[in-house]
Amino acid sequence: MDRETQREALSATLEAVADRIEREKGHLTDLDSAIGDADHGANLHRGFQAALEQVERDADPDAFVKGVGMALVSKVGGASGPLYGGSLAHASSEFAEGITAESSVAFAEAYLEKVKDRGGASVGDKTMVDALTPAVHTYKRAIEVDDLDPLTALARAVDAAERGVAFTTPIRASKGRASYLGWRSVGHPDPGATSTLYLLEEIRDVAVEYLEGDLDASARTPGTDEESESDEPEDGVDESGAGE
Amino acid sequence: MKKLINEPEAVVDEMLEGMVAAHPDYVRRLEGTNVLVRADAPMEGKVGIVSGGGSGHEPTHAGYLGEGMLDGAAAGEVFTSPTADQLQGMIDACEGGAGVLCVVKNYEGDVMNFETAIELAEMEGDAEIEHVVVDDDVAVEDSLYTSGRRGVCGTILVHKVAGAAAARGDDLAEVKRLAEKTVERVGTMGMALTSCTTPEKGEPTFDLPDDEIELGIGIHGEPGVERTEVMDADSVAEHLTERVLEDLELAEGSELVTIVNGMGATPQMELYVVNRRLQELLDERGFAVHDAWVGDYMTSLDMAGCSITVLELDDELRELLAAPADTPALTVRERGER
Repeated sequence: MDRETQREALSATLEAVADRIEREKGHLTDLDSAIGDADHGANLHRGFQAALEQVERDADPDAFVKGVGMALVSKVGGASGPLYGGSLAHASSEFAEGITAESSVAFAEAYLEKVKDRGGASVGDKTMVDALTPAVHTYKRAIEVDDLDPLTALARAVDAAERGVAFTTPIRASKGRASYLGWRSVGHPDPGATSTLYLLEEIRDVAVEYLEGDLDASARTPGTDEESESDEPEDGVDESGAGE
Repeated sequence: MKKLINEPEAVVDEMLEGMVAAHPDYVRRLEGTNVLVRADAPMEGKVGIVSGGGSGHEPTHAGYLGEGMLDGAAAGEVFTSPTADQLQGMIDACEGGAGVLCVVKNYEGDVMNFETAIELAEMEGDAEIEHVVVDDDVAVEDSLYTSGRRGVCGTILVHKVAGAAAARGDDLAEVKRLAEKTVERVGTMGMALTSCTTPEKGEPTFDLPDDEIELGIGIHGEPGVERTEVMDADSVAEHLTERVLEDLELAEGSELVTIVNGMGATPQMELYVVNRRLQELLDERGFAVHDAWVGDYMTSLDMAGCSITVLELDDELRELLAAPADTPALTVRERGER
């Protein structure tokens, strides 16, 4: 899609994510009360409200995404601020040439790498990484190997994230504050993995609006599928709520 | 709870205003932030030394701003890491062309926010920025807020060494090397007689009955190693000293600097009583104590208790610790006489 449509899609994604976090604030805080310090919902909500206020809606995609990242860095705090916001700011440079299928895959991978590097968590530690990793890998494979359209790839990524969240419930946390609970962390889904899933779901839903019409077009015109895609990993990453 | 505060959410801002009002010749506040920097920052051609962390540990960190120690100190909310954007602003304000060394206490939030700040600063400029992570608490390996050991009162000695090295003109790599050497050679263990109470919560962070104390407690009231019956000062000193020495594995005849640090609500009287036994123990074991600091260096709000820090000196560290420093919380004059 063209630059203008990319901007609109990014704006719509930010609005949708901020709205979803507002609605899920209480639930995320409940999840975090069980195994963390009970502030995940409130912190993310504060961050996304700041992003709504601060981010220039007509910025280029890379600047837009970096702006969202910086808003989260400055307002979310704790470990989630640097994990969401810092990773978003870091990965935003992948959109320097705009949002395409290729750049959205690169963005998602850069985001995942930064989250893992900054937080030091890997799959199985009961953190946002458990939702993010399968989502990013699934997305990449769907686009690059299976040659699927971005909407289908995105839908598969969301399913993978959902399984990732389910996977965090029965395991013991070994990273972040929940790890201090040891076995008492068992039986609760990870709040960061959960918020990551919410973001991916919102990205997918926005993508449907912006990309559906393009599906008839031959598989991969750089633009349409990419945009929604990049939005999605971006936001998802943004939100994946770290092992705090 | 009785505290000398106004609105709990204003406490950090109002504290910083009061600090600047008390020490305008030492510190200034970066507008719109909770960062204090040296009044004369950035120092042209000198490596900037910055630190930061949650509030509630005063005089750490801003009390150590000044000649021979820190150039910048970022204050987070109580017991909460400063955000990366504030840390980035501090790094920028303390960069005088020779790079910046960030001294970070090992807590997940602090480490992640500093790393993010450094990355953002590097994306936007060409300053050289390095960081060292202090993890001197020998009590616990992993804790509520950390992977690995916590960073506690030994951090002040890292500020002192790095600050003195930067002040005499060492380059960034050398300053970092000396800071890391200090981290390797320092150990600390703390204990609590009472919990602390954060302004926001208004009730004790943890429950510690009148007839019990906690050994190995962290500076946020995180659980320690064990709860025991109340013991006398000598027994506490023996317990803490034993654990620190066990960890450091010092050679006989080592030369040391020690700190008996108050947690915020312990009278100087009691800290001196603890120091008396600490010095006896070290003397019995054939260590030479070059300098014994006693006072409130890194506190935990209104917690009663203390920590004991031991640093093993060598020629380099001895010289840097004795170098002059002039800050609101610590003054070192020529010849190491404070």
